[in-house]
Amino acid sequence: MNIVVCIKQVPETTEVKIDPQTNTLIREGIASIINPFDMYAIEEAIRLKEKYRGNTTVITMGPPQADSALREALSLGIDNAVHLSDKAFAGSDTWVTSLVLAKAIQKIGEVDLVICGKQASDGDTAQVGPGIATHLDWPQATYVRRVDKIDLDNKKAVFERLLEDGYEVLEVSLPCLVTVVKEINVPRMPSLRGKMRAKKQSIPVWGKDELELKDEEVGLEGSPTQVVKIFTPPPRESGMIFDGETHEAVDKLFSELRKHLL
Amino acid sequence: MKQKGIEVVRNKCVGCGLCVRACPFSAIVLKDKVAVIDLDKCTLCGACKGACKFDAIVIYKPNVVKQDLFQYKDVWVFIEQEEDKIASVSFELLGKARTLAKNLNAKVVAIFLGGNIKNKAKQLISKGADKVVIVDSKKLAHFTAESYGNVISHLIHKYKPEIFLAGATTIGRSLVSRIAVKIKTGLTADCTGLDIDKERRLLVQTRPAFGGNIMAQIITPSYRPQMATVRHKVMKELPADPNRKGEIIEESLDKNLVDTRSRFIDFIKEEIYKVNLSDADIIVSGGRGLGAPENFKLIKELAEVLGAAVGASRAAVDSGWIPYSHQVGQTGRTVAPKLYIACGISGQIQHLVGMQSSKIIVAINKDPDAPIFKVANYGVVGDLFKVVPLLIKKIKESKGR
Repeated sequence: MNIVVCIKQVPETTEVKIDPQTNTLIREGIASIINPFDMYAIEEAIRLKEKYRGNTTVITMGPPQADSALREALSLGIDNAVHLSDKAFAGSDTWVTSLVLAKAIQKIGEVDLVICGKQASDGDTAQVGPGIATHLDWPQATYVRRVDKIDLDNKKAVFERLLEDGYEVLEVSLPCLVTVVKEINVPRMPSLRGKMRAKKQSIPVWGKDELELKDEEVGLEGSPTQVVKIFTPPPRESGMIFDGETHEAVDKLFSELRKHLL
Repeated sequence: MKQKGIEVVRNKCVGCGLCVRACPFSAIVLKDKVAVIDLDKCTLCGACKGACKFDAIVIYKPNVVKQDLFQYKDVWVFIEQEEDKIASVSFELLGKARTLAKNLNAKVVAIFLGGNIKNKAKQLISKGADKVVIVDSKKLAHFTAESYGNVISHLIHKYKPEIFLAGATTIGRSLVSRIAVKIKTGLTADCTGLDIDKERRLLVQTRPAFGGNIMAQIITPSYRPQMATVRHKVMKELPADPNRKGEIIEESLDKNLVDTRSRFIDFIKEEIYKVNLSDADIIVSGGRGLGAPENFKLIKELAEVLGAAVGASRAAVDSGWIPYSHQVGQTGRTVAPKLYIACGISGQIQHLVGMQSSKIIVAINKDPDAPIFKVANYGVVGDLFKVVPLLIKKIKESKGR
């Protein structure tokens, strides 16, 4: 079975502190990490490969520095990586991003399954996964918390999806795209051997020419949406903290809460 | 070579460094008191432009009109069902669509797909729809993104709506992205604000990014419909007006649009707690401070008396105290209820980004320095095992009265 994992490099939020004056994030010197949900996608690809054999490839669209994210995926046990990088891609919205990733999946060829994280922690859209599936004209299973069955002979798979109030069991034809939630697995740590291999492995870089995309199809120009303004939301007003004797504190809290509960 | 669409206007830049701090990608440095943008790192997100107080950053935007936009009219709302009931977010969207349609002098159209749903169309009219377009077929009884996406894309080509709204739910997000790609138009996820720029006749979509630490305003200038998914509980549902008049249009299902590659097998409802997180007006969450799985019953008890949903921090979920479906935060669900009560949760940034858009936040924690107090409207510094039972007692007493 051939599997492609799509990942994104995002700013690491664990290292971010909140500015007490403005209640906004302090972003100076933030490290980049693989989007947390994509770690589960990588792990699931490796597990499926261990079970069904085949080949795994990790891809990302991003600036040159995203190379380190691909190498981290390789160190965990993914076989190959392709870096989709081109100055012309800057400013791409989810429509264009899913197009670029879909083109790369076509170019890789003979892919049975594409795995993405449910959404990225910076953009939070959850739009790119279904977007890729649609560009490829493939079916999809989003928010997957379990792979129940993969039947390669009959080209079918059964997934459990996490919805708001329960789980849906869905049968989908292969090839298909899935997006996964945290519940699906517990990611492994990289091995020393994996790290050594990842360091040396060559990673091809594909730009718009390799993917046969025109300038006007990608970047700002190809994107249907435009960001007109970015602003910091007004900080939360500083709250009332009751730190006295417990009965008294609860009384005070309750009388405040009443105003909102009624 | 083509230049990237961003530039620092050197004579306007004062080297204040605001843009350096605002850049989420560390793409800007100050050199000789002027901002310099590393184009390899820049994604043209616009955060620096928003932060600059001197109009010293310019982003060039393409301005091409590719479609005849004036054929497109009306505001469409995708009607979502949960177990044969119309989802509350759909009613909220009908309410918002009325305001948008009024500003555009257009109609509100409900798009309603399913099996055996005709009897519910009138309810949609009473809640704000001028028209209800129904596709009623056994083959659509269970939602699949593929078939629903095909049918709705077909309807969009036929009727040409100007705006298309859906809830930012698991169903809404799985569906609408397929439609936007299929018909090539812009889609904005998880909006918390929608307004009409009357002059340019555009939908201005406001959404949180970076876990709510940045807000972005997004438009779709050259494609139609302008599509958005909208967060639960942000828009106001209208009171039902049984006297409202509207038109019901039945469309037959073109069998070719049914995608048999995806087949619904089963739905297993989670029975443990009654209220689902994204729908809840009130959420009571427990964290590491609970100390042991059996102590979650205290959280459940408080949730019960308030009619609230039960949430949890990652620490509590990873310890196996409560299922993952209850996790609030970066690797769980993002919620924005009217009231969020955090018990024994310290407030790591990953938790905060999942709940800091809540209207009122209450924190109960014994550590006065816990970061959760920074976002709390009300905080009690104390032992949750004393505070919570007292609070439950108080609420019960006030109900008894």
